[in-house]
Amino acid sequence: MITVWISDDALALACGADAVAAAFTAAGCTVERVSSWGMHWLEPLAEIDGQGFGPLCADDVAAVLAGTSALAIGPIAEHPFIARQQRFTFARAGRTRPLSLDDYAATGGWAGLARAREMGPAATIAEVTASGLRGRGGAGFPAGIKWTTVARAEAPRKYIVCNADEGDSGTFADRMVMEGDPFMLIEGMAIAGHAVGADTGYVYIRSEYPHAIAKMRAAALAAAPHIAPFRVEVRVGAGAYVCGEETSLLNSLEGKRGEVRAKPPLPALEGLFGMPTVVNNVLTLAAVPWIMAHGGAAYAEVGFGRSRGTMPIQIAGNVRHGGLFEVGFGVTLGELVMDIGGGTASGRPVRAVQVGGPLGAYHPPSDFHLAFDYETFAAADGLIGHAGLSVFDDTADMSALARFAMAFCAAESCGKCTPCRIGSTRGVEVIDRIRARSGRAVDRVEGLAQMHNARKVARTLDDEVNLLQDLCETMKFGSLCALGGFTPYPVLSALRHFPQDFGIDPALPEAAE
Amino acid sequence: MMTPTAQDLAIDRILAAHRDEPGALLPILHDIQAELGHVPETVIPRVAHALNLSRAEVHGVISFYHDFRSAPVDRPVLKLCRSESCQARGSEALAATLAGETRVKVEPVYCLGLCSVGPNAMVGDAVHARLNPARLGALVEALA
Repeated sequence: MITVWISDDALALACGADAVAAAFTAAGCTVERVSSWGMHWLEPLAEIDGQGFGPLCADDVAAVLAGTSALAIGPIAEHPFIARQQRFTFARAGRTRPLSLDDYAATGGWAGLARAREMGPAATIAEVTASGLRGRGGAGFPAGIKWTTVARAEAPRKYIVCNADEGDSGTFADRMVMEGDPFMLIEGMAIAGHAVGADTGYVYIRSEYPHAIAKMRAAALAAAPHIAPFRVEVRVGAGAYVCGEETSLLNSLEGKRGEVRAKPPLPALEGLFGMPTVVNNVLTLAAVPWIMAHGGAAYAEVGFGRSRGTMPIQIAGNVRHGGLFEVGFGVTLGELVMDIGGGTASGRPVRAVQVGGPLGAYHPPSDFHLAFDYETFAAADGLIGHAGLSVFDDTADMSALARFAMAFCAAESCGKCTPCRIGSTRGVEVIDRIRARSGRAVDRVEGLAQMHNARKVARTLDDEVNLLQDLCETMKFGSLCALGGFTPYPVLSALRHFPQDFGIDPALPEAAE
Repeated sequence: MMTPTAQDLAIDRILAAHRDEPGALLPILHDIQAELGHVPETVIPRVAHALNLSRAEVHGVISFYHDFRSAPVDRPVLKLCRSESCQARGSEALAATLAGETRVKVEPVYCLGLCSVGPNAMVGDAVHARLNPARLGALVEALA
């Protein structure tokens, strides 16, 4: 009897994995549904005795079983895309059945929690602090410091909240953890609960991820005896991008509108239902079992500068070899896009790479030397965010993408603060006028005598560009959260690197600065 | 006292199931939408009363979140991803091929987390990747 491993990850399903699995079953094989290796261009990928075949459709099954398939890729674990990685968080990817407690325990599962219970809360926090683990949601705040704050707070109840509202385009690592290795995330939450003295954890998952929701619910139920007295509840979002912001997420969990809260008070002191709360991203909590099992020092050995450990980087958009690439910080953007990603899927030259989701900057190929690290990207007027890369080829219209960034912010703004709520709409209007080269005449209100500070002459293209930069400045420094505060990154980076798309002569750099 | 309608009884059953959950408004609204296909305005007083909220607060939550519909949809819904990674793979041109499609309600969605194999779409809980005009057309025909 031949055993075939095929992923049941949402991406594999979307590419037709069920039909391939059914064809193998019909041919007399035993099919086991496992997590995805993360080589997305090869999905649906079938594994037989370590050998890979993909991307398959049902009609290819006969050739695979006859040994004549042209889609054979050789031993999967030795594939260059996998062999070049350093997988800590995704060590089980492709190798275990997501909801099998036996598979989880056989691959080192629960070892981190057992060690944390042995060491006690204070030593657990010390271990996480020593690992140098920083929040993987985008802000990069040291996890150990956040946990210490919550642990020291005096309160009748404390909570662990896992932010699984992965709304950024170009990111899917959270989804892959929840669908591929849900017990690891639950173990990470249980360790956090043990460390800070919380007995309840919530996983807030976006509603666009029905497969992740189903797997996490099943996993929380199955894992309950292993993590007791800690308990995990899954809550589902309702299509609001801003709920990925931690204070907005807390309001949503409380059953309110997902409006951002002003900080302070920090959620670590007054978070969910006013109680001290650890809010961490999926990848942060999922890194914890490895750190507890292998030691903080082993994790900190990998990395670059102040960014320690590994980052599951998501290579997406118009790219030939897209997927999940976990590696120590310090790899360059060019290596990721060209060597690992193989350039564009369309075969055309790369024009821009957006790093860090809809709120991340657009980088031209001249930025390909940048090392993947929080500080390096911040210094280059960008951010690594949740480490998603969206690759665009030379057909991309960068002023249209800048307009989209503003329009998205306008649609998703929670409305709490003015720079974001109103600035984003005005931003769309200014970019529209720049794109139309229409300029703008003095309007009736501006022309009134009592409007002393209003402009009395028509605006030229240069004036409009300056206005857009001014508006971005206001949004960046005046918004309450990253939605309004970071929308200027894609807009200004597009303007700076691709002025010709806005009708500005690139030979006149001062017009764009 | 008016006799409760079938809808009232369904709402009461959902409210009872979430009685001991803190901050249960979103789970309740999700269940109501799953049961009735939308969240009609007529349920607001009952939900507000059970949770000790004002009707305005419940209305505010329903209107804040894109997922909750206050009117039923009479056609199958196809959600086509329009965010950056799918745009990089041609989702805008693909969306244009559905202009004028009336048998299916085409809605934008911002990211399904399948960003390396777009353009992508979702129908119910089923996801579809690597769409081109032919594959998307077949999907629409199967729904219509």
